Amino acid sequence: MTLTHGPQLQPDPPYRAPAYRSSERRAPSAPLVPLPLGPTERAGPLFGHQTITPADADLTRQHPGEPLGERINVSGRLLDDRGRGIAGQLIEIWQANAAGRYTHPVDQHRAPLDPNFTGAGRCLTGPDGSYRFVTIKPGAYPWRNHPNAWRPAHIHFSVFGRMFTERLVTQMYFPGDPLIEHDAIATSITDPAALARLVASFDWETTEEEWALGYRFDVVVGGHLATPVEGPA
Amino acid sequence: MSAPSIPLPSPSQTVGPYLSIGMAWLNCPDLVDTGRPDAITVTGRVLDADGLPVPDAVLELWQADQSGRFPTAGADPDTSPPGWSGWGRCPTDADGGYHFTTVVPGPVDDRQAPHADLSVFMRGLLQRLVTRIYFPPRAGVAGADRWLPPSDDPVVAGVPAERTGTLVARPSADGYRFDVHLGGDAETVFFAW
Ligand SMILES: [Fe+3]
Repeated sequence: MTLTHGPQLQPDPPYRAPAYRSSERRAPSAPLVPLPLGPTERAGPLFGHQTITPADADLTRQHPGEPLGERINVSGRLLDDRGRGIAGQLIEIWQANAAGRYTHPVDQHRAPLDPNFTGAGRCLTGPDGSYRFVTIKPGAYPWRNHPNAWRPAHIHFSVFGRMFTERLVTQMYFPGDPLIEHDAIATSITDPAALARLVASFDWETTEEEWALGYRFDVVVGGHLATPVEGPA
Repeated sequence: MSAPSIPLPSPSQTVGPYLSIGMAWLNCPDLVDTGRPDAITVTGRVLDADGLPVPDAVLELWQADQSGRFPTAGADPDTSPPGWSGWGRCPTDADGGYHFTTVVPGPVDDRQAPHADLSVFMRGLLQRLVTRIYFPPRAGVAGADRWLPPSDDPVVAGVPAERTGTLVARPSADGYRFDVHLGGDAETVFFAW
């Protein structure tokens, strides 16, 4: 069996990335086995039974007061690998607050929690695959991967495409962030052009006067988990 | 600057340690009503390369219903289980344990044995791991007649023979048991495409 992606097009990071310490005990050791795609892999779940309201996409209005931080609009499209918008599918996001602290018991970073910010949102994509969140710009935060390790500001994205093979969890970074090149998770992506696709672009069109800065971030699914195999070119 | 007409895929990144903030709202380990007569449980643990439990993973089960159907806009509500989405999500507990309630999936084509696809996400995994759970015959559970010897299944046929056992669930009192071994001697088979 021949898989479709050559090494030069493989966008995903390897399972074992030594600079990212916790990957060592959790990466498989045996080679992945090619999966011939059948009906199970071509099927996608329906989320119609869940109630998702427009308010779920505004992370700044989930509490009585307004969260601290720089208000931002994050919008873009969910696309398949032929550039077609994927309509009506679920996008989930989560992030730290403006001080770089998560509303999570495991996060002990000595930065304040924000009582007006939980940091979770979701939405269904529109007919053209578009989505839009209102949130605040997350802060950078330290982690214990290595001495003086800091995660660049990022928003976690979990997306569903139309089928099993299009399921993707990734992270959105911010343009100009000096921490990206020092981050073991971001730089686990060996192709700089692929990493660049996870950096949002600043966007005047969605920047609102005296209200919020705009960032654009498209998510392209498909073509994942392909591992290069030797064979006739 | 001109955008390419064919966009390149966005690379994967880890869910990180705080995944529950964004994903727990949709935890739904019960794909069917637990009171259904044909409901089964699928339980197990996620273990790392040292055999230690992974307490911060989330698993997503993806499967056909007992008739081999997947949800579509035109799905027949009379034959799919009520509320059937073909999908479930369960985080692991402190012991690395998980628990789904579902039905044994029906045949999706003439050649594949009853199976579910399983996605595994966790801190430390830069992209998800994908494996398959095969459901062998089990006394009292519908679907046993559809079992094929794994060697007849086109997916299992591509797996090194000595590793195919890692894909087959073990019958338990009320369903099946399936452990996910990220490494070690019993490392689970994981797939790519
Ligand atoms: Fe994070």
